[in-house]
Amino acid sequence: MKTASLTGRAAVVSLALLFSFLVAWHLATRDTGTSQRMDPEYAKLMGVTATQGKSAMPGPIDVGAKLWEHLRRPFYDNGPNDKGVGIQLAFSIARVLAGYLLAILVAIPVGFLIGMSPLMSKALDPFIQVLKPISPLAWMPLALYTIKDSSLSAIFVIFICSLWPTLINTAFGVASVRREWLNVAKTLEVGTLRRAFTIILPAAAPTILTGMRISIGIAWLVIVAAEMLVGGTGIGYFVWNEWNNLSITNVITAILVIGIVGMLLDLMLARFTRLVTFPE
Amino acid sequence: MSTFDNPFDPSRSLNSNGCICGRHVSQVEHERDATAQLQCAAVESEEKRYEHVIASAVMRAVFPADKGRRAFLQSLGASAALAALSQFFPLKTATEIFAAGGPIEKKDLKVGFIPITCATPIIMAKPMGFYEKQGLNVEVIKTAGWAVIRDKTINKEYDAAHMLSPMPLAITMGVGSKSIPYTMPAVENINGQAITLAIKHKDKRDPKDWKGMKFAVPFDYSMHNYLLRYYVAEHGIDPDQDIQIRAVPPPEMVANLRADNIDGFLAPDPVNQRAVYDGVGFIHVLSKEIWDRHPCCAFAASKEFVIESPNTYAALLKAIIDATAFAHKPENRKQIAEAIAPANYLNQPVTVVEQVLTGTFADGLGNVKKVPDRIDFDPFPWQSFAVWIMTQMKRWGQIKGDVDYARIAEDVFLATDTAKLMKEVGLAPPAATSKTFVVMGKTFDPAKPEDYLKSFKIKKVV
Repeated sequence: MKTASLTGRAAVVSLALLFSFLVAWHLATRDTGTSQRMDPEYAKLMGVTATQGKSAMPGPIDVGAKLWEHLRRPFYDNGPNDKGVGIQLAFSIARVLAGYLLAILVAIPVGFLIGMSPLMSKALDPFIQVLKPISPLAWMPLALYTIKDSSLSAIFVIFICSLWPTLINTAFGVASVRREWLNVAKTLEVGTLRRAFTIILPAAAPTILTGMRISIGIAWLVIVAAEMLVGGTGIGYFVWNEWNNLSITNVITAILVIGIVGMLLDLMLARFTRLVTFPE
Repeated sequence: MSTFDNPFDPSRSLNSNGCICGRHVSQVEHERDATAQLQCAAVESEEKRYEHVIASAVMRAVFPADKGRRAFLQSLGASAALAALSQFFPLKTATEIFAAGGPIEKKDLKVGFIPITCATPIIMAKPMGFYEKQGLNVEVIKTAGWAVIRDKTINKEYDAAHMLSPMPLAITMGVGSKSIPYTMPAVENINGQAITLAIKHKDKRDPKDWKGMKFAVPFDYSMHNYLLRYYVAEHGIDPDQDIQIRAVPPPEMVANLRADNIDGFLAPDPVNQRAVYDGVGFIHVLSKEIWDRHPCCAFAASKEFVIESPNTYAALLKAIIDATAFAHKPENRKQIAEAIAPANYLNQPVTVVEQVLTGTFADGLGNVKKVPDRIDFDPFPWQSFAVWIMTQMKRWGQIKGDVDYARIAEDVFLATDTAKLMKEVGLAPPAATSKTFVVMGKTFDPAKPEDYLKSFKIKKVV
């Protein structure tokens, strides 16, 4: 009963925090009510921020209404520049998955190589250290210029940014497999390939999956920036388009949606990690 | 003089400060003269409009200077002049060829645009069916910035795009990018920009008080940058020493103005009107008060596209000419505002776009102003525009050394390829297409760019 009550109490605290945050938000964005005296003809040409002293920042009720409006019809399509949030998310997720899977396909074999060979580890280290901290936005002009295709460029940027955590974690996991296990394999004269698949892979799997979990988080971070720059489709483009319209309500809605999708992606990988974890 | 004006009118005023249609001495007279207004906008059918555009081009080619053309027309009369012209140029055939075109090589096209009112003809041609009428299936794609639009055009993701008119010049000269020959067959809009200041500066109306202020322009190679620099320099402020000018994408400008990050900007609409609408800024001057009928944005296409698909290109250009002619008429502006305001295009409140296009707008200081030619649309790419832009590029150190003004202007504005294309469809490309104009009371003579450049006190010492 002790643990159940802990979860229960945590939920109560979470809800209380959310509620007080919403109340504070609501109070902070209330209309000031100081409507200026204006010529009616002039007032007709102005927005509500200027005429009724409405706060430029939307309140929680505005955002809630907007969110409901988007969720009610997520798949509308009014032409190439105006699509429902569901369609935009689908574009973003497809791009993220493409870039991410490519990154995994490269990162795990290369990580194995680095982990199993101290020479390669030392030789490749400087490249990894230099390439790792580069921001996705810095890659974008180069990608656009060389790849000459904006959607491929976006995928490339996701690939290059989500590559490193998996690569480094794989190398680390492979390198730190317990010596005794490898020695046992050596005694039994297990071949290199077999050793890699039956001993090292299961032993390093939890570390590799942790790296993959960090990678998917980064891929999802990058997609918004990449799509804001390249435009066209995706949730990043949606944010940019609404920013263009100075619609903070829509931007906040998008932030919520981005957060929730990111959380779901992370939960999925967490589930996988649990599957491969073994007790020592 | 607008392309849609009647160049066969001998009594047309030589004075450029007339009404919007250019036929009257003043705006008041223009409005009173209802019949004359009808004539100004006299475009009964598509066929007529092409004939009109082509006849105008020929007339200008034969008599590039307004004065000479006027003398010729007065001595002969307009109809006799037209008949004389038809003797050595088959106007009817040219019109038919231009209107009919050949088989379209590529039906599905992508055209990029930046969500500002300058792009009106390109955008509205989609919802209002101008592309469809030419048998084209065009997708107009909203793009995040000028650099992206340039790269996507070079990458052939876009077949044609909306650009700032100095951009094709800069790209052709290899300034700020590698040198790629660009074609700019049409200007989109004239006027339509403004200097907006933060509300807190409402008493600083004299630019002499602007020392130390921070300004934003959309791009380094933009009319906005050159006009702002020109404007402050005329008031004795050195734009490189006394104020700060930085390039900020238009969507970020209002947010930055609100955050007190910048003090003002010279920006395309609807950004100016949006700042007023949200109560963050006021319109200090419209760009037409700096240089009336200045060019701003342009319709640009890659050279390869022009050569490989000349018929598609001609059809596209026809759609743009149609749309521009439609947008030129004041009575259509309200309808256009409704068509281009939704999320698919500009994504702005309709009233903001309408205020920009109709010219009846709130100035941010409590006044309603009526300036019908706040923005206008005229596709003719005068080469003297290009020469002026290059003098300013040189003035502010963007280009150095000797500049072959006339040749570059000829290559980019109405580029040689465009000329070739026009010949292919049976048109005589206008040979000399320069005119003088006045910027802040100072006359610019495109024949003497270096003298013009020398006459400025404030410039960047290179």
